[in-house]
Amino acid sequence: MKTQNQKAWFFVLPVLLLVAFNALIPMMTVVNYSVQETFGNNLFFWQGLDWFQNLMRSERFHAALGRQFMFTGLILLIEIPLGVAIAMSMPRKGFWVSVCLVTMALPMLIPWNVVGAMWNIFTLPDIGLMGYFLNHVMGIPYDMTQNVFAAWVTIIVMDVWHWTSLVVLLSYAGLVSIPEAYYQAAKIDGASNFAVFRFIQLPKMKNVLTIAVLLRFIDSFNIYTEPFVLTGGGPGNSTTLLSIDLVKIALGQFDLGPAAAMSLIYFAITLLVSWLFFTLMTKDDAR
Amino acid sequence: MQKRSLVTIAYILFLLLPIYWLVAMSFKTTNEILSGFSLFPETFTLANYAVIFTDPTWYMGYVNSIIYVTLNTIISIAVALPAAYAFSRYRFLGDKQLFFWLLTNRMAPAAVFALPFFQLYSSVGLFDTHLAVALAHCLFNIPLAVWILEGFMGGIPKELDETAYVDGYSFPRFFVTIFIPSIKAGVGVAAFFCFMFSWVELLLGKTLTAVAAKPIAATMTKTASNAGYELGLLAAAGTLTIIPGAIVIYFVRNYIAKGFAMGRV
Repeated sequence: MKTQNQKAWFFVLPVLLLVAFNALIPMMTVVNYSVQETFGNNLFFWQGLDWFQNLMRSERFHAALGRQFMFTGLILLIEIPLGVAIAMSMPRKGFWVSVCLVTMALPMLIPWNVVGAMWNIFTLPDIGLMGYFLNHVMGIPYDMTQNVFAAWVTIIVMDVWHWTSLVVLLSYAGLVSIPEAYYQAAKIDGASNFAVFRFIQLPKMKNVLTIAVLLRFIDSFNIYTEPFVLTGGGPGNSTTLLSIDLVKIALGQFDLGPAAAMSLIYFAITLLVSWLFFTLMTKDDAR
Repeated sequence: MQKRSLVTIAYILFLLLPIYWLVAMSFKTTNEILSGFSLFPETFTLANYAVIFTDPTWYMGYVNSIIYVTLNTIISIAVALPAAYAFSRYRFLGDKQLFFWLLTNRMAPAAVFALPFFQLYSSVGLFDTHLAVALAHCLFNIPLAVWILEGFMGGIPKELDETAYVDGYSFPRFFVTIFIPSIKAGVGVAAFFCFMFSWVELLLGKTLTAVAAKPIAATMTKTASNAGYELGLLAAAGTLTIIPGAIVIYFVRNYIAKGFAMGRV
């Protein structure tokens, strides 16, 4: 199908140069820091793999990594099924489709720190809509700055609010691409709703769902701004996710070596898990 | 049917509630906010917006953000178009590896790059310029644009190219006058995503700027910590950041669903 043509390299050259400038130079800086120790004044000393070894034994890192996996796991478990369910209940044609699409895309276009600030205002115990409702109408004591469980619920609900629409939009695109004839055939065969979902809709949505799972994994694993603005990692360290911890070490304590080592391991985990998801979800295609 | 649309309605209500609260807050006086709970603004005020539109440190934040986001979208799409064409039409040495490597950049946590980016852009003399932020955002926007556009181009049969060449079109003329118009929807979707991810990103935007190119989002965090906690002002600034996004979605609303469907399904 595709023709062999080495001149195609000229087409990709601008992309290659721009991305390499942005990716390779900073990445080499990070690699450089990760094997050195600095005491300021731009004096660096060779440190070898010490930072990596320390990190592997660091309880602080293990805890942050654990919290990160719990956060991302919960996010995927909630957002993917919810997104598919909402996409299936959306209208297929007419005026309301546009209304749905526009309102659903809205949260994704709000700057991330505004999302954090918005949820902060929304959940203030006595003057926020959600905080007031829970505390004074439902009678449930709720204060996410004091209670670990409340803080977790809040960051999860915030992320569901923020990103479920991405899953909805992608699944919806998959659904509308199914020809009407498939449904008619299913009706003739007397297929149940579940069978239609399982054997027609789900397979047709598989490609877009792969993208949705990958994007949601990557973005929730790298999340920084929203929980930082909302909880600041607290109460205590209970919502200090990996990126928040990393920025604390790199820019707060200015421990460049340990932070760089952590960055590389962090990136490696993201790559590895993305690759696993991708391979698992597309392995049927290869057959 | 009734029960199904309830799910959608409930979800949309859930999406709109926090936004409503932000907007409602922005019309309240600081006194009213701090004195207790009120569902609607009792003393409706535009004072918070007046502050933003008269103080240059506020409104220049919006101008800065819009400048670098536009710049980034133009750069990303301009370089991604030929690259996506190469990936969709030709095989060349290292094509698969290159494509995968591009995508891995989408996976890098921004937090990892904050400090090295600061050093890199300072050393080339671009620190605190719109171009610096626009270029930095290319890190994740170019791979995404290439990916989306490649998907769209894959849906255009190769015969189109061949017919055009037979008809005597040169490559540049074919590309600009025939090929790009035929993937209009894809360009729209790619531009939408570039706009979106550049508009909402804060960490790099904040790290790479100080005064001259500071994004609105960074102005908000600074002001929130400086002037005590002016919730009304913060809410008004937040409300205004929703508007450009809403306008952009409105323009691409028909492309989004169609775009996704044609692109990668």
